[in-house]
Amino acid sequence: MIKIRFFAALRERLDCSQYLLQCDSNSQSVATVLEQLKGHDSLWHQELSRTDLLCAVNQQLVPLSAAVRDGDELAFFPPITGG
Amino acid sequence: MSVFVAVQCDDFCLASEYDELRRHSACGAVVTFSGLVRELSNNILHSMTLEHYPGMTEQALVAIAEQAQQRWQLGAVHIIHRVGTLKTNEQIVFVGIASAHRAAAFAACEFIMDYLKNRAPFWKKEHTAAGDYWVEAKASDQQALARWE
Repeated sequence: MIKIRFFAALRERLDCSQYLLQCDSNSQSVATVLEQLKGHDSLWHQELSRTDLLCAVNQQLVPLSAAVRDGDELAFFPPITGG
Repeated sequence: MSVFVAVQCDDFCLASEYDELRRHSACGAVVTFSGLVRELSNNILHSMTLEHYPGMTEQALVAIAEQAQQRWQLGAVHIIHRVGTLKTNEQIVFVGIASAHRAAAFAACEFIMDYLKNRAPFWKKEHTAAGDYWVEAKASDQQALARWE
């Protein structure tokens, strides 16, 4: 299982803070997982296609090409606006 | 170097933080920055809510403090960021640096704020008379990193 987390505006638009995804292979890219998630429905497809989307694997910011493995925590969120 | 990082709902006290920072006897300079909730130009802001990614945020702040230490000789770095709902004029963020000389303290303080705004996962939602809005990221915050690269 991969634990997927969504934050802020993305969490609100998807109405989902956490989602468990069955893992089919030992290692895949974040981009591959993102494509799977877009298949959820048209809203998810639209929101997860945003080009400004950021992602983190195990709480570290990573590019979409990064690897994600069974048991990992994968998070998607909009650009950061703290401070 | 000592690093103190906190993500909290509670307010912080500038005087207490300053007193902690000036305990480092090898440091002749303390620079502090505090960020506040400011009113919008049309005076319609009621409050704002700050969301964060628990765990990742604290790790990101420690990593930013350590990056600053690699660039400048620092005695202490304190970073406090509040979350939850805050009203106009309330304190949001504190960065305090103690170092031997002022140049390093000023530079490190700016460096930490620039990186915090781009690397630490916080998000602001404004509650206004016209509705609730997530704050959009500013290109100028992203561009501010260029001077450190």
